[in-house]
Amino acid sequence: MGRIVLDQVKKRFGDVTVIPELDLEIEDGEFVVFVGPSGCGKSTLLRLIAGLEDVTDGKIVIDGTDATEVPPARRGLAMVFQSYALYPHMSVRKNIAFPLRMARLAPAEQKRRVEQAAEVLNLTDYLDRRPGQLSGGQRQRVAIGRAIVREPSAFLFDEPLSNLDAALRVGMRLEISELHKRLKTTMIYVTHDQVEAMTMADKIVVLQAGVIEQVGSPLELYRRPRNTFVAGFIGSPKMNLICGPEAAKHDATTIGIRPEHIDISETDGAWKGTIGVSEHLGSDTFFHVQCDGLAEPLTVRAPGERALSYGADVHLTPRREHMHRFDAQGLRID
Amino acid sequence: MARATTTRRKVITTAVAWAIGLLIFFPIYWTILTSFKTEAQAINDPPLFFFFDWTLENYAIVQERSDYMRFLWNSVVLAGGSTLLGILVAVPAAWSMAFVPSKRTKDILLWMLSTKMLPAVGVLYPISLIFVQFNLLDTRIGLVVVLMLINLPIIVWMLYTYFKEIPVEILEAARMDGASLREEILYILTPMAVPGIASTILLNFILAWNEAFWTLNLTAAKAGPLTAFIASYSSPEGLFFAKLSAASTMAIAPILVLGWFSQKQLVRGLTFGAVK
Amino acid sequence: MATQHSRSAARLMMAPAVILLLGWMLVPLTMTLFFSFKRYLPLRGDSLERGLDWVGFENYARFLSSSSFWPSVQATLVIVGGVLVVTVVLGVLLALLLDQPFWGQGIVRILVIAPFFVMPTVSALVWKNMFMDPVNGILAHLWRFFGAEPVSWLSDASLQSIILIVSWQWLPFATLILLTAVQSLDSEQLEAAEMDGAPAFARFGFIILPHLARAITIVILIQTIFLLSIFAEIFVTTGGSFGTRTLTYLIFQRVVDSQNIGLGSAGGVYAIILANIIAIFLMRIVGKNLDR
Repeated sequence: MGRIVLDQVKKRFGDVTVIPELDLEIEDGEFVVFVGPSGCGKSTLLRLIAGLEDVTDGKIVIDGTDATEVPPARRGLAMVFQSYALYPHMSVRKNIAFPLRMARLAPAEQKRRVEQAAEVLNLTDYLDRRPGQLSGGQRQRVAIGRAIVREPSAFLFDEPLSNLDAALRVGMRLEISELHKRLKTTMIYVTHDQVEAMTMADKIVVLQAGVIEQVGSPLELYRRPRNTFVAGFIGSPKMNLICGPEAAKHDATTIGIRPEHIDISETDGAWKGTIGVSEHLGSDTFFHVQCDGLAEPLTVRAPGERALSYGADVHLTPRREHMHRFDAQGLRID
Repeated sequence: MARATTTRRKVITTAVAWAIGLLIFFPIYWTILTSFKTEAQAINDPPLFFFFDWTLENYAIVQERSDYMRFLWNSVVLAGGSTLLGILVAVPAAWSMAFVPSKRTKDILLWMLSTKMLPAVGVLYPISLIFVQFNLLDTRIGLVVVLMLINLPIIVWMLYTYFKEIPVEILEAARMDGASLREEILYILTPMAVPGIASTILLNFILAWNEAFWTLNLTAAKAGPLTAFIASYSSPEGLFFAKLSAASTMAIAPILVLGWFSQKQLVRGLTFGAVK
Repeated sequence: MATQHSRSAARLMMAPAVILLLGWMLVPLTMTLFFSFKRYLPLRGDSLERGLDWVGFENYARFLSSSSFWPSVQATLVIVGGVLVVTVVLGVLLALLLDQPFWGQGIVRILVIAPFFVMPTVSALVWKNMFMDPVNGILAHLWRFFGAEPVSWLSDASLQSIILIVSWQWLPFATLILLTAVQSLDSEQLEAAEMDGAPAFARFGFIILPHLARAITIVILIQTIFLLSIFAEIFVTTGGSFGTRTLTYLIFQRVVDSQNIGLGSAGGVYAIILANIIAIFLMRIVGKNLDR
């Protein structure tokens, strides 16, 4: 079981309010990702759930019991830290066994669980090494191993992949997703990388300045961002946000259109513009186009290879059904 | 600043550096050498640098005359006792300041440092009075406490700077893993800080060993350490250079060996972490 | 950043150290202050049991106006200043030298550091007898070898001799700290200066010396604190005669030799004030370092 409810949680550090007031429900077995720019309070939120910080006000309820005053060790949660936080003076075996040792489990049971975790995580050959002798990915797996042996009611991940190189990150992302499918335990995952959020989450919580901007499944957030912040944050490359007379034509203060929802043509279209920089990825081509009458250049995604040279005149047509409209407060208009 | 140099330059540097090094070390070398001479050879003109009859008799005389072993034992007890006591008091304090810092932490650290700067002579009489009142004069326990107190700021500071280098996340991980505060300090912090704790012990052992104000003023025959032992040789009595050298060698030899091991940590400990 | 629980645990664990040091500081300090306003001459029958006469600031005034006060301040300044100049100048040169590559670096470094580990009483005695003895000391042999008349170091050049002994003890400290500082200098900075056409002297003056400035300040401040209270070196060599009576030693004599506790305590208060003035400067630097 791992149902976590945050009820009017507030957090202040001295005079600085990090989280004004926040409600959130996390269902048992869900993979929830907290995402937002750095300093948005997502790590603080995770540490509040872990019990590493006190809430200033409000309640944290874990599995129906008020855990607000419960010390971290007795909340039944396990955490994987950004720096892995392995114990450098202990072997991998001892690292993984440490929570069991603290729980005063019988040595035979400790051994069984450690070996089982090592098997799952492909660490069996490394059990007698020290963390210092392992690669980044292996350390990450040891940290996960240390978390799973406790059989916690929920896992907390604090930007666990940010210290890995790009290739490894993709691999570990898959491994963590697979782990979640197998264990079916609640996981709360903090990241600033919206790609990680989109690929792994059942439910994404977008945070900004301690305030939840939107909660929803990845595709909900992609299809119906509640405001301009979420619209700009979710999706890569970023959604084009257009203000001014062009937006007014659609009865909105701001309109948004994703790069993949604009058609580009050399002959005709709604907006006329000139090609700036183009980025060729092979699978796609991104064009930065300066359109007449628009302040900012637009990003356009064209599938496959498109050869359009710098300075060429082109025409862009947004697909109306994919256009997002926002009012003066930045909120979505339906 | 390591840079490529020519061999010629290296030869010259080597010669100059060795000459200066030997010059600085000479008094110690000369003391050790003289301790193996007879009294007559010790004052021979010209000085004898190597070719003389090596003898151990000075050491025997010194031991017999002043009971070296008792002073040595007192030094070990005073330096060791005060250092260990200091570590016991300082580890929890340093843990608090390094891992649960508050707005006042910096002020407390600096205040602790400032107690170290209190001139001893300014409080000599009050301390003597307290010692007399509690029958602590010339006792090892009294001096252990005093030496612990004068070195406590340095111990706290050194441990603090070492603890600061341990990531808080590791201690938090232990907390999440169910470790109590005691277990967190015992199983995680202490083993990780072993090198730091060891060098703190080493440096403070040396400082306590060489402390020569309180040990001279608060002890007499019973609890006197080697500083007092050697001070008893300050009034000359006939030919005594060789015996003085033997006594000096015996007083400094243990700490010279320890000191060479601790030279790296010395900088940090004595500058309160301001230079690493 | 932590929880209420860990904060209260922290306060509890800090308590023993704080209470001990607070007691160590406040109790004797209060007593010294108390005595400094009293007439207290145990040899003339004054005792705590019978109560001491309040004399106001008389002890303070008498300590300042005594004929030995200003000479003791002068001696203190000469010794502290002399040792600082010698150790810092030689320390910088030695640090630069030891930083160069040469054979046997480790051994030479050990040789240079060794004097720091010699206890003050030993170094004072060894220097006094085996080096500075006007008849049998090494220096006397050396002087005679060159046909000169041996010098009675500790009586004729007493301050210089004390400075020499103390400098020998503290040179390793200065060297070691400055060497650490030199080694932390980025070699690319020096190479950049060389590319910019700066000759060796300019590189020393514009890059190395400013880089060392902080370390030099720290060396000066820490040494000053220790040097102001040097005791054993004077106790063992001259016993305060021949113009080597420092402020510390003067107070010591007032308290221990002439048993004038009130006067000595007033002197102690002066010494504490003096030390605190220097301490404030040191704290500033160390405190700044804490924030980084």
